[in-house]
Amino acid sequence: MIKELLSKQDIERIISRIAHEIIEKNKGPEKLCLVGIQRGGVHLARRLASKITAIEGVEVPVGSLDISLYRDDISFRKKHPVVRRTDIPFDISEKVIILIDDVLFTGRSIRAALDALMDFGRPAQIQLAVIIDRGHRELPIRADYVGKNIPTAKNENIEVQLEEEAVEEKVILSSGE
Amino acid sequence: MPKDLVSMKDIAKEETEAIIDTALSFKDVLRRDIKKVPALRGKTVVNLFFEPSTRTKTSFELAEKRLSTDVINFSVSSSSVVKGESLLDTVRTIEAYGIDYLVIRHASAGVPHFISRITKASVVNAGDGINEHPTQALLDAVTIKEKKGTIAGLEVAIVGDILHSRVARSNVYCLMKLGARVRLVGPPTLIPLNPPSGVKVFYNMDEGMRGADVVMMLRIQLERMGKSFFPSTKEFFKYWGLSAERLAMANKDALVMHPGPMNRGIEIASEVADCPQSVILEQVTNGIAVRMAVIYMLQG
Repeated sequence: MIKELLSKQDIERIISRIAHEIIEKNKGPEKLCLVGIQRGGVHLARRLASKITAIEGVEVPVGSLDISLYRDDISFRKKHPVVRRTDIPFDISEKVIILIDDVLFTGRSIRAALDALMDFGRPAQIQLAVIIDRGHRELPIRADYVGKNIPTAKNENIEVQLEEEAVEEKVILSSGE
Repeated sequence: MPKDLVSMKDIAKEETEAIIDTALSFKDVLRRDIKKVPALRGKTVVNLFFEPSTRTKTSFELAEKRLSTDVINFSVSSSSVVKGESLLDTVRTIEAYGIDYLVIRHASAGVPHFISRITKASVVNAGDGINEHPTQALLDAVTIKEKKGTIAGLEVAIVGDILHSRVARSNVYCLMKLGARVRLVGPPTLIPLNPPSGVKVFYNMDEGMRGADVVMMLRIQLERMGKSFFPSTKEFFKYWGLSAERLAMANKDALVMHPGPMNRGIEIASEVADCPQSVILEQVTNGIAVRMAVIYMLQG
């Protein structure tokens, strides 16, 4: 069974709201850098950045982060995950990094992303923004900005589909039998 | 992805392209301040080199360390092979240490293939005699793709001592798989009698240069030549060496490549080796990235 949780318009409103929250919490965009986790997070990071620029009139640096090489399940998997590009073309030291992912689930991807980021420098702070928080954390990790909290069963699947991947934009929940 | 990388013939086109793309991602890692990722923590690699090698071994070792594997170097001069141990027993002993990857270089063709069949570890061929050197072909492909954007449809001239070159052999398989048009250029004594179908052969260097997008020079392997294949190195350069005049006959912006170590003044003019069209040092950098990709992607 497939259920639509959020529409394209809902996603746009969430991004707009989170952009305002990020600016408010950090008292302006001056020290901000956005880093999206491959793949969904990268598109969301770009959108958040242009939203922040539209509100504040300043450019915010955007990077992309691939976490495959930092995963904790790599030695248990037969086939190693595809390594995508990591591109952080700015110095993250002393900056406030907004880490962006589409779905927050066990927290293991975020743990890997934190390790990966630390290899690039020593940021002043890292904050986390996600579109969906579906619960079931396995590590002590929480998001600073959440689009929508959606309680799920562990065997269900949540997918954030974005226009950039050439699909109809929506968030869907499918039950895994 | 298979367990081993022994021959470019065993790797499908899609897998070859996946290795090239992954290598480009690993190149990002090599540009950072901290050039090491924890991906293969707890895994062990043995570099088993039965033939002297400095650059390939260094490149593999760096790639392995960048992936956080534990690395052990097993070279022939310091091993029990000199005490009369058979190849089979050497491999069984190393395997009993509990290792995950074996990188092998040997002077005889077929040794990595033989070892891949008797061990559970993933085997990477780092050069076997005059047979193959697959990671060199892959790093050449990465370099061409990076510089030219694509490989399909390019005219690639492989020049010089084709007969003794494992680099040439692996490159022919790899480049043809990826849709390049390959030509072999050299004296008849140094070109195999039966080149693979689809490969063009030029016994005249000037003709071989015309229309080439990539000029891949090979090292004259004097150590593998029991007899004379050409009168003198001076004469070789005159007829088969890559001089600036000859390079000018190839397409504008043609890439100049060489697997190293170079014999300046024998197969390549010094000024050509250092010219802006030369990507010889980029090949070295890409070698580390490609070896990281191969070790990361093989499935044990």
